[in-house]
Amino acid sequence: MKARIKFKKYGALRFIGHLDVMRFFQKVMRRAEIPIAFTGGFSPHMIMSFASPLGIGLSSEGEYFDIELTRQIDSAEAVRRMNEACVEGIEVISFRQIREEKKMTGMTILAGADYLVDVSGSPMPEGWEEKFREFMAQPEIKVIKQTKRSEREVDIRPQIFRWELREEGIYLQLAAGSSQNLKPDLVMDTFCRSLGLAEEDAKFAYCRLEMYAYGEDGKELVTLESLGWDMEGDGE
Amino acid sequence: MRKLALNDEILLSIEKPARYIGGEVNSVMKDKDQVDIRFAMCFPDVYEIGESHLGIKILYDMFNRREDVWCERVYSPWTDLDRVMREKDIPLFALESQAPVREFDFLGITIQFEMCYTNILQVLDLSRIPLHACDRSEEDPIVIGGGPCAYNPEPLADFFDIFYIGEGETAYDELLDVYKEYKSAGRSRKEFLEAAAQIEGLYVPQFYDAEYHEDGTLRSFTPNNPSAPERVRKQVVMEVTDAPYPMKPVVPFIKATQDRVVLEIQRGCIRGCRFCQAGMIYRPTRERDVERLKEYARAMLKNTGHEEISLSSLSSSDYSELKELVLFLIDEFKEQGINISLPSLRIDAFSLDVMSKVQDVRKSSLTFAPEAGSQRMRDVINKGLTEEDILEGAGQAFEGGWTKVKLYFMLGLPTETEEDMKEIARLSDKVARRYYEIPKDQRQGKCQITASSSFFVPKPFTPFQWASMCTSEEYMRRASVVKQEFQEQLNRKSLRYNWHDAQVTVLEGVMARGDRNVAKVIERAYRLGCLFDSWTESFRNDLWMQAFEETGVDIGFYNLRERRPDELFPWDFIDTGVKKTFLYKEWERAMQGVVTPNCRMQCSGCGAAGFGGGVCYEGEN
Repeated sequence: MKARIKFKKYGALRFIGHLDVMRFFQKVMRRAEIPIAFTGGFSPHMIMSFASPLGIGLSSEGEYFDIELTRQIDSAEAVRRMNEACVEGIEVISFRQIREEKKMTGMTILAGADYLVDVSGSPMPEGWEEKFREFMAQPEIKVIKQTKRSEREVDIRPQIFRWELREEGIYLQLAAGSSQNLKPDLVMDTFCRSLGLAEEDAKFAYCRLEMYAYGEDGKELVTLESLGWDMEGDGE
Repeated sequence: MRKLALNDEILLSIEKPARYIGGEVNSVMKDKDQVDIRFAMCFPDVYEIGESHLGIKILYDMFNRREDVWCERVYSPWTDLDRVMREKDIPLFALESQAPVREFDFLGITIQFEMCYTNILQVLDLSRIPLHACDRSEEDPIVIGGGPCAYNPEPLADFFDIFYIGEGETAYDELLDVYKEYKSAGRSRKEFLEAAAQIEGLYVPQFYDAEYHEDGTLRSFTPNNPSAPERVRKQVVMEVTDAPYPMKPVVPFIKATQDRVVLEIQRGCIRGCRFCQAGMIYRPTRERDVERLKEYARAMLKNTGHEEISLSSLSSSDYSELKELVLFLIDEFKEQGINISLPSLRIDAFSLDVMSKVQDVRKSSLTFAPEAGSQRMRDVINKGLTEEDILEGAGQAFEGGWTKVKLYFMLGLPTETEEDMKEIARLSDKVARRYYEIPKDQRQGKCQITASSSFFVPKPFTPFQWASMCTSEEYMRRASVVKQEFQEQLNRKSLRYNWHDAQVTVLEGVMARGDRNVAKVIERAYRLGCLFDSWTESFRNDLWMQAFEETGVDIGFYNLRERRPDELFPWDFIDTGVKKTFLYKEWERAMQGVVTPNCRMQCSGCGAAGFGGGVCYEGEN
């Protein structure tokens, strides 16, 4: 039986890297006595896979990982127990059952992610909002993407699905997942360059708001959370 | 939400920012206005090392059980943050409250090895506490040191207000009570230190004067304050089973060196190896009750979520309930995917059987610590392990499927000859030969024997405290003798030999048996930029040598000199319960190559029976 866990990461915990978050949750599972399944072999490990690593320094309202359970557990109870075993800076939001197919894990179906970029800590020039609208209105936004082997020019505009100027900052919905993945800092660095704002002056705070997969029609993005359903206790 | 001492920009620019944010599972938060005493507990090395140390976990738990005390943790900022803190003038802070250390009542520093001494000065300096105790004001925290290196506190005497000699469980409560009383009565720092000096086990260095002979050796060491006793007696917990033990240790976010539950099964060691300081200063051997340990294992695994548990002691094979405990751990936890990590056990049928249950035989290696290559040398150091034991154990292991063996040795032991050195290679080869005696179709390819040697450093309160050391050139020559002998061996292709660096050994020697004059070298080295001296990447021998030169302190005086039988040592004012006459008798027996039976076989009258318990009284009830 598979389950999907959604959690928030904020405050001091922004400085805990992805591998350490995995280790953290392995220990949470034990402390909260979640009936998680293990792989076989001489050194068994928990069956647990994260949708997408979050960079150090970013906060998030919507992180996900999927686990394999040995038996059903009440969703509300699991959330409660996990939060008791967590610390300030990590909060479990939901614990839902998901479909069994192999292809359904968060990592393979991930298609998009929402970000909020707080620009209040940076010296933004007068009228930057208009500049941002113009920046987004371009038919293409060419950037140099460095890969391990080469540098190549890519157009990132198609990977920006949606954007909005909000009171709290810039909202971006970006492509995410294994086929194409755009990080919000690449968008913002490119914008800063067009603005003439030095990179060291730009102190943006990034928050990942949500992660999505394609819904059944293959077009609409739906949250990873919405693909699961709450479980009831098995009476144990 | 807790406010961090470092801003985002700094945290994003340094390695492993999680070292500095606190807030881990089981870290203790209190309201600073609701406590009387704030205690900053420091391990002067990087977070991952400090967080692995059992001693401060015990004290952290013990102090925080008191409602009137809030104990927090402090570690050495790594070199990257150290630079930033100096540049930006950021004071060192404790992890829990993120508040500056200087606001605390106490700064406790555990001193586990000699090569952390410059880091102690870093911690004081970054905390903005004057390095010298005599320069501190009423506003500065009381700086108290403890741990094994406090058994010769003299090289650090200038930098500490108090040293706690021995096990922390016994006298701290009294000290904290006295502090509270003095603080509320508005008494002075000096008055408090006078009261502290009267508590058994506490040493206040500024209340003692050292005088020296013309040749530099100590002439006298006497109290200059009526509150200070002539001798300071080591503290021991006799009822170890009932001593506090942390059921909810802090669980670091980043991987600490010891990322597991640690069960301390006993204190002390019955063996009496003559080079081993721990084996002498932690006498008498005391065992924790096995049923209590089982309860601890359950509770600690549940409270931490760790996926591994290991046993801690100086010689686990000597724990009388070892079998019972190990089988319990396997039965109870193996199914839950918990790794059971066994410390280096004596290799016999039982240990091989349990090891094959808890580790992958093909991947893991077996460890032997013969410490010396020849039987003669092993008799000198009183290491009971014989060649037969090693070959028999290795043989059984090879037949059980193991192919990797690690062997640990020391070079530079007293009376060592070229033959003794070469025997290291020969013994390693014999182990390999034993492997190739197994018919080809029954063994799995080649074996891999890895021998490592470190250089011996004589420690205070051991029979070898009279021994002289070598120069670093001589140490390297000895390592090359061993290296060459390895080339001569039949199975050289299955053998590997590693040796440690000699420069650090020389410094350790000076610190270990140093006196108050060594303080100026440490301070000078720190000023020249020495830090994290136990880390190869930051160790700067050239700067240390410059510090010796500039302060006129002679390495040879501390390391190369043969000490007279009746010499007064800087640490002699400490009473460890083990008598100096016993240590000297052991030194003489070493010179004659005579072994001394272990505490369970026969009491040798070392003096530790004076504590009234432990192995000394086993079987008397």
